[in-house]
Amino acid sequence: MAEQDDAIIRVRDVTVQFGSTRVLDGLDLDVKRGEILGFVGPSGAGKSVLTRTIIGLVPKLSGRIEVFGVDLDAASSSQRRAVERRWGILFQQGALFSSLTVRQNIQFPAREYLRVSQRLLDEIMVAKLVMVGLKPEVADRYPSELSGGMIKRVALARALALDPELVFLDEPTSGLDPIGAGEFDELVRTLQRTLGLTVFMVTHDLDSLYTACDRIAVLGNGKIIAAGSIADMKASQHPWLQQYFNGKRARAVVA
Amino acid sequence: MHQRRPAGLRGRQKVSGDPTLERIAQGEGLALCAAGNWTARFAPALERIVSEAEKLRGSRPHIFIDVSQVASLDTFGAWLIERLRRSLSDASAEAEIAGLSANYSSLVDEVRRVGPAPRVASDRLSIAGMLEQIGRTVAGIGGTIIGLVDMLGAVLAAAGKVLIHPRSFRLTSTVHHLEQVCWRAVPIVVLITFLIGCIISQQGIFHFRRFGADIFVVDMLGVLVLREIGVLLVAIMVAGRSGSAYTAELGSMKMREEIDALRTMGFDPIEVLILPRMLALVLALPILAFLGAMAALYGGGLVAWLYGGVDPEAFLLRLRDAISIDHFIVGMVKAPVMAAVIGIVACVEGLAVQGSAESLGQHTTASVVKGIFFVIVMDGVFAIFFASIGM
Repeated sequence: MAEQDDAIIRVRDVTVQFGSTRVLDGLDLDVKRGEILGFVGPSGAGKSVLTRTIIGLVPKLSGRIEVFGVDLDAASSSQRRAVERRWGILFQQGALFSSLTVRQNIQFPAREYLRVSQRLLDEIMVAKLVMVGLKPEVADRYPSELSGGMIKRVALARALALDPELVFLDEPTSGLDPIGAGEFDELVRTLQRTLGLTVFMVTHDLDSLYTACDRIAVLGNGKIIAAGSIADMKASQHPWLQQYFNGKRARAVVA
Repeated sequence: MHQRRPAGLRGRQKVSGDPTLERIAQGEGLALCAAGNWTARFAPALERIVSEAEKLRGSRPHIFIDVSQVASLDTFGAWLIERLRRSLSDASAEAEIAGLSANYSSLVDEVRRVGPAPRVASDRLSIAGMLEQIGRTVAGIGGTIIGLVDMLGAVLAAAGKVLIHPRSFRLTSTVHHLEQVCWRAVPIVVLITFLIGCIISQQGIFHFRRFGADIFVVDMLGVLVLREIGVLLVAIMVAGRSGSAYTAELGSMKMREEIDALRTMGFDPIEVLILPRMLALVLALPILAFLGAMAALYGGGLVAWLYGGVDPEAFLLRLRDAISIDHFIVGMVKAPVMAAVIGIVACVEGLAVQGSAESLGQHTTASVVKGIFFVIVMDGVFAIFFASIGM
């Protein structure tokens, strides 16, 4: 397996086009093993598009994407499935199955992929709920009976159901109150430490960038315009970065 | 630190990396040495190993679990080790986990907080339960009828309000729905009724010919199409085509809180959403029923000519003798009433949708089934009514 220099995701020269609008234009990006990468950019810049392209939900015009050293275009369907078992995805709206309970939602991937007893499935489900900070009592509720923050947590628990090595989080703290968002960042950090996760996090939340992320990549004009630590971002001369990291809201976060 | 093997190496033979739990006697006590990958991929094997080892409970005074040889550990492995530790512990002696590396100790601490899983409430089969079910179903039927009457009242009240303040009438919306349920339904309705007319005519001629009564097929076709089949068939098609669409539209608006949003802005959802839809349906069904009846007569006439040898002139002459305007009126009077029934059922079901996709599906199905059922019931009521007034 070609996992040199520890890049778990390797995106090379990727172009994505919808009709005549070019959303991603020759984009390069590496995500290293064990890091939390915060992915920012103006609204509509294509952050979600890149995430969905890496996962394989959006077709790309050209370029090459490797995850765990496997080129997903060249991979056979069994190789692809093996890769899919090693990642977990938290969608922006949670995307919980509305006709299944929390218990069934979390157990769904394990029930499909592993032949283990119902007892173990139940115990692991409780373990995941405890890890994401929920009480086991919510297990038999339906998604429509949960609050926004609980939906995000259950969705995270489902993303972690098979103990993935890589987790994609699409705006995990949007729609949460600042305290809830702070707890969620803390949770992601803790899980990253305990489970040794690599996290790819699309976010708009400056607090998340400061407290949770090891490295930040910025998307603009279909390319990565900067990648590095918070300090690198603040030192950058790029006008959008200047505004984003040194603007009024950013100062409020630091203060 | 997470060295996992590539996929496809899941043979039955012991490969290095398969999880193991060796038992090593240490004087009075026993050490259980875990090794290999204790991860989700090996969960079935791990579960077997652990339930085997759980039987050792109480066999020795002192048992501990050594995890220093474990190559990789995740939630599955950590929990199974914790479960083993719990089941080996008893009142006298607590089993211990030894050799835990710093990397994994936080994970093991995490699963230590796990309590027992809440039980799934299971429905047991019992006589009381079955009686309860019957009672709930009967109450549900009552609830359905009350819901329909409630909606009928609300729609009439909204219509009354619109009559008093004609400016609040939503003409654009009504025209839009009229296009959806009437104009766009014309091709399929005309095609199906045309075919049904052909079939009735062909069957009639085939059987009447034995008595030399071919020409009476025109009487049968005329009465059947204008009085019953035309409107009933079209009503069933509209219930399937437009009733289901209404339920799905209103239901998904309900799911996404759009109806609540309307209400908070001071609009009455009945007036804004339901009245235009109802009105469009009540206007559309007579038009479709008329077109359908004409298409069925045309189809029947065509088959009578080509298959039965009844030429068009004779067909029309016979038709004029066989039917009166009464037959046509009976058919047309039924149409708007059936439209109202379909619309009311569809809207009630749409507003009853709960949060899940499954609920949307259930109510859409219920909308079509109940719509068709009530259409047929209404047809029966009309048959009794018209018979008693001699039409």
